[in-house]
Amino acid sequence: MNYVTQRLLTFPLILLGVSVIVFVAIRMVPGDAITAMLGTEAGLLTPAQRQALAEYFGIDQPIYIQYWRWLTGLFEGNLGISSIYGRPVLAVILERFPLTLELALLSMVIALAVGIPAGVFAATRNERASDLAVRLFAMIGQSTPNFVFALLIIYVLSVYFGYVPAMGTFTPLFVDPLANLSQLIFPALTLGLAFAASVTRISRSAMLDVLSDDYVRTARSKGAPARSVVWHHALPNALIPVVTLSGVEFGYLLGGAVIVEEIFALPGIGRLVLDAINQRDYALVQGTVLFIAFNFLIVNLIVDLAYAALDPRIRLGNR
Amino acid sequence: MTLLTVRDLRVGFGRDPRANEVVKGVSFTLGAGKTLAIVGESGSGKSVTALSVNRLVDFGGGRITGGSIVLERGDGSRLDMTTADEATLTHVRGRDVGMIFQEPMTSLNPVHTIGAQIEEAFRLNRGLTGEAATRAAREALERVRIPDAAQRLKYYPHQLSGGMRQRVMIAMVLASNPRLLIADEPTTALDVTVQAQIMALLAELREELGMAMIFITHDIGLVAGIADEIMVMQHGVAVEQGSLDAVLDNPQHDYTRHLLNAVPHFTFGNTVRDDGTRNGQPPIVTVDNLAVRFPVTRGLFRRRTGAVHAVDGVDFDLVPGETLAIVGESGSGKSTTARAILGLVQATRGRIDAKSGRSGRPVQMVFQDPYASLNPRLNVEGLLAEPAIAAGQRVDAKLRERMVTLLERVGLSRDALTRYPHQFSGGQRQRLCIARALMLNPDVVVLDEAVSALDVSVQARVLDLLIDLQREFGLAYLFISHDMAVVERIAHRIAVMYAGQIVEIGKAAAVLATPQHSYTRRLIAAVPAVARRRQRFTVDATQVPSLVRPVGYEPPPAQWREAGDDHRVRVEETA
Amino acid sequence: MMGLIRAIARHPSGRIGAAIVLIYIVAALLAAAGLTPHDPLQQFRIDRLKGPNGTYWMGTDLLGRDTMSRLMLGIGQSFTIAFSSVALATLAGTIIGLVAAWWGHLWDGVLMRIMDVLLAFPAILLAMLIVAIAGTGTWTSIAAIAIVYTPIFARVVRGPALSLKQRDFVDAARTFGSSQGFILTRHLLLNLVAPLTVQVTLALAWALLTEAGLSFLGLGTQPPAPSLGVMLSESKNLMTQAPWLMLFPGLAIMLGILGFNLFGDALRDILDPKTQGRAA
Repeated sequence: MNYVTQRLLTFPLILLGVSVIVFVAIRMVPGDAITAMLGTEAGLLTPAQRQALAEYFGIDQPIYIQYWRWLTGLFEGNLGISSIYGRPVLAVILERFPLTLELALLSMVIALAVGIPAGVFAATRNERASDLAVRLFAMIGQSTPNFVFALLIIYVLSVYFGYVPAMGTFTPLFVDPLANLSQLIFPALTLGLAFAASVTRISRSAMLDVLSDDYVRTARSKGAPARSVVWHHALPNALIPVVTLSGVEFGYLLGGAVIVEEIFALPGIGRLVLDAINQRDYALVQGTVLFIAFNFLIVNLIVDLAYAALDPRIRLGNR
Repeated sequence: MTLLTVRDLRVGFGRDPRANEVVKGVSFTLGAGKTLAIVGESGSGKSVTALSVNRLVDFGGGRITGGSIVLERGDGSRLDMTTADEATLTHVRGRDVGMIFQEPMTSLNPVHTIGAQIEEAFRLNRGLTGEAATRAAREALERVRIPDAAQRLKYYPHQLSGGMRQRVMIAMVLASNPRLLIADEPTTALDVTVQAQIMALLAELREELGMAMIFITHDIGLVAGIADEIMVMQHGVAVEQGSLDAVLDNPQHDYTRHLLNAVPHFTFGNTVRDDGTRNGQPPIVTVDNLAVRFPVTRGLFRRRTGAVHAVDGVDFDLVPGETLAIVGESGSGKSTTARAILGLVQATRGRIDAKSGRSGRPVQMVFQDPYASLNPRLNVEGLLAEPAIAAGQRVDAKLRERMVTLLERVGLSRDALTRYPHQFSGGQRQRLCIARALMLNPDVVVLDEAVSALDVSVQARVLDLLIDLQREFGLAYLFISHDMAVVERIAHRIAVMYAGQIVEIGKAAAVLATPQHSYTRRLIAAVPAVARRRQRFTVDATQVPSLVRPVGYEPPPAQWREAGDDHRVRVEETA
Repeated sequence: MMGLIRAIARHPSGRIGAAIVLIYIVAALLAAAGLTPHDPLQQFRIDRLKGPNGTYWMGTDLLGRDTMSRLMLGIGQSFTIAFSSVALATLAGTIIGLVAAWWGHLWDGVLMRIMDVLLAFPAILLAMLIVAIAGTGTWTSIAAIAIVYTPIFARVVRGPALSLKQRDFVDAARTFGSSQGFILTRHLLLNLVAPLTVQVTLALAWALLTEAGLSFLGLGTQPPAPSLGVMLSESKNLMTQAPWLMLFPGLAIMLGILGFNLFGDALRDILDPKTQGRAA
């Protein structure tokens, strides 16, 4: 079967699996469903009100009917009502998403702009001092948890530069680009540099593998200059693992960098999940988790399609 | 006129190249338009010598530690390649010195079209761009006889067969019209009929363009057809060099004599075994109308659109003590036949009868790749014990005694028992595999390309061992191979397979000396032989027919004719 | 085994990684035996927010507790959770990966799609979700981290297992009539030990990271019990007055992860057949 159709077909299957997990997970919360849905406010209800609510939400029905209703609701964009905000979950999520998206994009730009050249450079300087230096930085970068890095940045900024990044409310890009960037640049650096460390490591090792391949030797034998050998012949063949890693990392970043958003007090998706969990807003937990997994799967799908674009063997299949 | 002068070349690898020299003082000269063949086995330093000429060896971790390589360039200037800087070398590569490699499957860049790759060569070496480059690339493809060249330019390497890819490599070299072509085992990975096509093409181009060639090979028979001079290498030293006839007819060095005499060479049925034992015993294995088909599916619901008829209507039998060789090229179905007999693939149809003789599992197998067929994490005792454990025996002193006996019989010592596969050479590993196959005292051993992965002189010794074991234990062999020279040494009978069917079967001498089927003739005509000096192969571009058939297709029943005593030939359709 | 230890000792980053991991294990064992400089839970009220000094080598926190003692206990807590969860994930992932690779078809499809579903959640998010359902606690943390990393082990096992299944020595075993159990253990599992060892070491680094993250967010180890994440979280608002409260736990987490990463990289270099071939 064609690779692309196969990917397109598995996508809804995985998505269905994700929805089952999210649905069942919330039903597994100890206590009854009304409490799970309304959180602490459920304690104020009379038994009659509970019964009415149960009927209203359909939770007196068997579980598979509840799931079916919930699933069909999803297609209409109905993720339920958030008890913290008293508004539809989807509306709350969409309000928070632009920040997370922008942060993720910025981080990825930093990661790829730093990581790929660094990795390629290190691979062509294999085992020389400059290679070892790049590898050391990448290793340290990969081993530093982003919350440690974030705290360090804040500490250095406030103690040595007397600068405190604007926290709390978020200024959208189109309202005030400068304020927006000054707010996002440090979180983006935190996430992007750690991400760049992994990109460096993987592009270095992929390039090293590819540089010893036969077709690279062929390119040299026909007189291709070193720059063309590296960038034109080797790099396109080394990109697949880089794209895989970047896709996974970007997909996860779209789920909100929970800890970094928490430290920099940015109202993104990650903070939303954390608040929802801490305040037992289960409709919101369910909605955000589903939304995040959905984003991840979309990014994965794009990555799969990117493989096909990068490698004719995947695109065209074997003869 | 001397094109290339190599003096006392030394090349080493690793942190201390001087201490790890692989080429230890090689000298030779090459005249313009002449062909030098460098012959040697793996580890002889022949490829490293060639890669040093255009300094590609630097990128494989090698360092030239001494000597000089002086090349006369197109403008008449002389350049010492050992001291030239990388910028100069980039100009020399491609323009003055072209190269083709052993593995056509991996030597082309998988992410660029072959058109783009040939055009790049024209751009780098002739400064052609755009339309002109495309036209030049198309002409180059036509020159190497690739049909439908304009369309093929848009193909990616993986869409072409191995032979086609090697021709693309040659087309790329043509771009620069180099004065010197280095061909590093360019046909080793190819089938013998495809090898003949490539050799013919190289000979043709060499004459037409007047380029000199360094041809590297392990097969001294192959160079008889193309070389002017031969250099024989062993352990990094040129042990003998001289003109083609001098070296072949009057070899001076022991190693050259060994390569010429001890190593299997094809002799058209003149050196077949004469200990044939077919005198009416009942067969131990009978294969009757065997067919193996693999479904071909398409689309979302995996609808069956046809089947690959990998093996179709194969019959033969095998009597105790004889060797039946099945020869054929890749895709002929010879290995699938072997695997079906062992039950590793499911037969779609037909009967395989193996009489249970001396043990419960009368048929054992030895595989092609001695590196892949031994579990690297088990020691020899564990490896040899496996068949016995599977047969329900206990690993006790008696079993260990049998292991030691067999090890010594295949030429390994008792202390091998505690060692691991990686501590053995390829030839020794194959001996281990043979010992393992004999653990249960089988009647039949299936040898699937069992000596193909070995160096030629190791090959000869393993073949001798196999013949000795056959006599001692009364074994029957089913010997699967693509190599006619090897088959000639070991077979009593030969079956030739082509496109999933046996086209000719009979006594080895008859099949090799008087081939009847057109494919057998083509195959035998393509085999290189020392005796065929300066023979010109014809550029024959016959394609193997597709084995994919529509659902429900049944081939017409085979018609056979007798071509002599124990020699049957399939009647060909006259189209 | 001795050969492996010698190879690690020769490998430059392996040596450093192994040393860090060993120091951490010793510190955790000392803390478990009660051999910390001070009682990690005792509040020395008069010595609140003291910087590093002769008595309190790494200073004290807001409640006057000794940072170093708490750090040692915290390392023990983090390591217990990391090692237990990785052990569980290795076991479950290996079984799932082997079953999927060996039986193929439906088993492969179903099991690996379930793994794909689990992988659709970012690690920390999935862990948070599980904690949200099951409540906080050491066991929940272990289970959550184990579930998060099981799919990775399943993938790490399935890929090589599939290619091993195609190897000639497995075909050879079939021609001898070896049992499935024999083939699975001797031919597949035995050859998977090397990639699994590497993966276990790297997974320990991730598990440390995830555990610290959970605790930092208040979803892991609960105060007053010390853990690296909790200590770091508590230091957040005091970073200008008492930077040591941030510095030591931060460094401790970083070095711990670095140790496992270096160790894992060295193991990969040593055990990977590809680099082995290059060296030989």
